[in-house]
Amino acid sequence: MNTLRRSFLKLAGGVGTLAAAGAAGLLESTQAWASNWNKAGFESKALADVLNNLGAANTVESKDIVITAPDIAENGAVVPVAVTSRIPNTQQISIVAEKNPFPLAATFDVANGGDGYVSTRIKMGQTSNVWAVVKADGKFFTAKKEVKVTVGGCG
Amino acid sequence: MAEPMKIRATLQGDVADVRILMLHPMETGQRKDAKGEIVPLHFIQSVVVTHNGKTVLDAQWSQAVSRNPFLGLRVKGAKAGDKVSVTWVDNQGEKRTDEVTVAAAS
Repeated sequence: MNTLRRSFLKLAGGVGTLAAAGAAGLLESTQAWASNWNKAGFESKALADVLNNLGAANTVESKDIVITAPDIAENGAVVPVAVTSRIPNTQQISIVAEKNPFPLAATFDVANGGDGYVSTRIKMGQTSNVWAVVKADGKFFTAKKEVKVTVGGCG
Repeated sequence: MAEPMKIRATLQGDVADVRILMLHPMETGQRKDAKGEIVPLHFIQSVVVTHNGKTVLDAQWSQAVSRNPFLGLRVKGAKAGDKVSVTWVDNQGEKRTDEVTVAAAS
């Protein structure tokens, strides 16, 4: 009886250590992920700050960026936005909804054969311009499109 | 535990059209529940898409991406049978990885 209890305790102890190790590993990887996340950019409240935090001080408007979004979005909680960049060597695409509480919605880093195209769905609080900020060869290009929102999706 | 993603990768010429649907509440931290308490921020922060082990898209998201996020992208130089893998991590440290093979054009 006693030996059984001993071995059981030993086993339980072993499992406990394993779980702790697993948790530590998870925490570490989360921090690594978070450091990559552009905190300053995502917490900016004005378009100019967003551009600064993306490192895009001098931007050029480009006709080679196409934003596909509805003219009128009835539901601000789900606004489909697709950005196509025909600029060669597109490295990064950001989607910014100008009048959202936090305008920067998403940043996409493209590499290794990823095409200059992303499509997603964002929330918009009110009618405003949607900007696409594209980084190509270290330079920044922008395009914008106005989306009218009937019912806001930030509440 | 996080729900599995729905991923579809179809070949169009030598470009794979990848469509991903993730199941996630994407709470903005501004919504209130029935008791009037603010629902805490809970959103996917990072999404990494790899093609045969190489990262093709590294996305950073804010809470402004819609609930149950959709992501569409294209991968150049793909062949039928190639592996496309998607991993997301949210701000509470939860993560999920799913993998599909690229299907030939139908």
